[in-house]
Amino acid sequence: MGKTIAEKIFDSHKVDNPFGDIHVIRLDAVFCHEITTPVAINDLVARGMDRVFDPTKIKAVIDHVTPAKDSKTAMQGKILRDWALRNDIVDFFDIGQNGVCHALFPEKGFVRPGYTVIMGDSHTCTHGAFGAFAAGVGTTDLEVGILKGVCAFHYPESIKVDITGALPQGVYAKDAILAIINTLGVNGATNKVIEFTGEVVDKMSMEARMTLCNMAIEAGGTSGICAPDMVTVDYLWEFISDDFSSKEKALESYCQYAADADATYSEVITIDASSLVPVATFGHKPDQVKPISEMAGEKVDQVYIGSCTNGRIEDLRVAAAVLKGKKIKAGLRGIVSPASPKIYSQALDEGIIKIFMDAGFCVTNPTCGACLGMSNGVLAEGEVCASTTNRNFNGRMGKGGIVHLMSPASAAATAIHGHICNSTIFAAGGK
Amino acid sequence: MKDFNGKVLFLDRSDINTDEIIPARYLTEITKEALKPYLLEDLSQDGFNPTRDVEKSSVVLSRANFGCGSSREHAPWALEVNDINIVIAESYARIFKQNMFNCGMMAIELPKEDIDRLFATFAGKETTLTTNLKEKTLRFATASDEENLTFSISEFDQALVVAGGWLGYADANY
Ligand code: SF4
Repeated sequence: MGKTIAEKIFDSHKVDNPFGDIHVIRLDAVFCHEITTPVAINDLVARGMDRVFDPTKIKAVIDHVTPAKDSKTAMQGKILRDWALRNDIVDFFDIGQNGVCHALFPEKGFVRPGYTVIMGDSHTCTHGAFGAFAAGVGTTDLEVGILKGVCAFHYPESIKVDITGALPQGVYAKDAILAIINTLGVNGATNKVIEFTGEVVDKMSMEARMTLCNMAIEAGGTSGICAPDMVTVDYLWEFISDDFSSKEKALESYCQYAADADATYSEVITIDASSLVPVATFGHKPDQVKPISEMAGEKVDQVYIGSCTNGRIEDLRVAAAVLKGKKIKAGLRGIVSPASPKIYSQALDEGIIKIFMDAGFCVTNPTCGACLGMSNGVLAEGEVCASTTNRNFNGRMGKGGIVHLMSPASAAATAIHGHICNSTIFAAGGK
Repeated sequence: MKDFNGKVLFLDRSDINTDEIIPARYLTEITKEALKPYLLEDLSQDGFNPTRDVEKSSVVLSRANFGCGSSREHAPWALEVNDINIVIAESYARIFKQNMFNCGMMAIELPKEDIDRLFATFAGKETTLTTNLKEKTLRFATASDEENLTFSISEFDQALVVAGGWLGYADANY
């Protein structure tokens, strides 16, 4: 019987099958950030188990609140920093080198096709864009991962989401994934892996695939996953060129993780991309999605462009194309957080930062910042934010604040108008 | 093993997320105990008052997809430090459920009909749960009503509850 990508990865990483469908798998990478790791570190220290299974397989970053905003966040950073140092974790990224984990680690080449990755962060599913099984876990799973290099999962069933046709102008990966979450519902993929396939995915850049996979968790998915192809190899080539004699050889090797034609899926969903339109969320659940045209006119206090969903260079390029030569609406606050130093620097080189600044945006350092309402743009009670992030939960960006999730293009268009509006108006050259 | 008995807190809604269980603004805490006052602070539900209702409860009864959202284990911890070691719901988000058992706590699933009936019979009344892990039974009781149900728990989850969590189990086995 054929296998899905996730099944192939599980089978090649199996350590134990203690009960039923529980598989304990070997981990290729354990990622850490300063919010969920310090409690694990303190617990390991208290138990006299302050060790790591393999310092080269652990990558750590201070990204959620950086620079530290107060004594408590400073202490979280310090615990992670001191731990990385004493456990010889070379790939530790501090101020100056740090950025949002799910943007930073991929661009360092830390995720490869066929890898198993865990992190104490729900959006770890992002890394499935590389053909990896990447799952967010809690602190105890993280602790065991750090100590033993293993994690237990139910043997994964997969949902196949086939995106056919082509995305219309002004419609992006973000609109597609919001539409998919709307179809699946917030728990439609619970305990399952979402495998994204189809012409649209084949043509997508790694950045766009990461946007897709990033929000798999918003439908409850354990991991998003895209089959590795030449786009994946091209992206990774600078890191893997020593391992393979040619890109074709690399692809051949990675294709062992492609799904078999007769693989079994618990569900297959086909989305005709040409029917998609720019969308945004309303309410407090990410599956509450409707066309932006139906929301047009709702007043917005803040526009936030950034995060592990849409803070990458392509996202900034799209937003800048909309913003170029324009000003954000008086009275509205615009904030952009390039997701990594590399992205920031590229955006500077390409003149994108200048466009944002001329438009009236505040440009912050790479950080999660406002996305989780801890710093850099927390909302006041009753304020509304159009955001390129991934969660519109009640209180997510500040107690009593309201968040509408949308694409960078729509967020930029909204910034200019001062109320929610359709990105295609501006993408088409402005009206 | 933890204690899985006591007064029931009724959270009559689906999709209660981890931001509602413990808001991100408290994630700067580095001890579990520090989370205690903030459990369910952002949950708005008619008649629910976190300060009043959490303190006397040891059990949460809720509906579908409980614990969705962020992977934060702070959610089970915030329950744990408030002496709530068991949640009973129709379904859970994967990470939350795993986190519960990883902490040696229980996230028990019951069919929708059972959950509906439990809410209909007991919500709003002073209700006590008695859990028998060996027999896999739950007994909900008020002064006048009582209902006995059986539940299922996977062997793995049960092993975690008995081992006091995944760290103890993994350390002994891997
Ligand atoms: S950007 Fe937002 S969603 Fe992404 S890792 Fe940071 S806090 Fe989480």
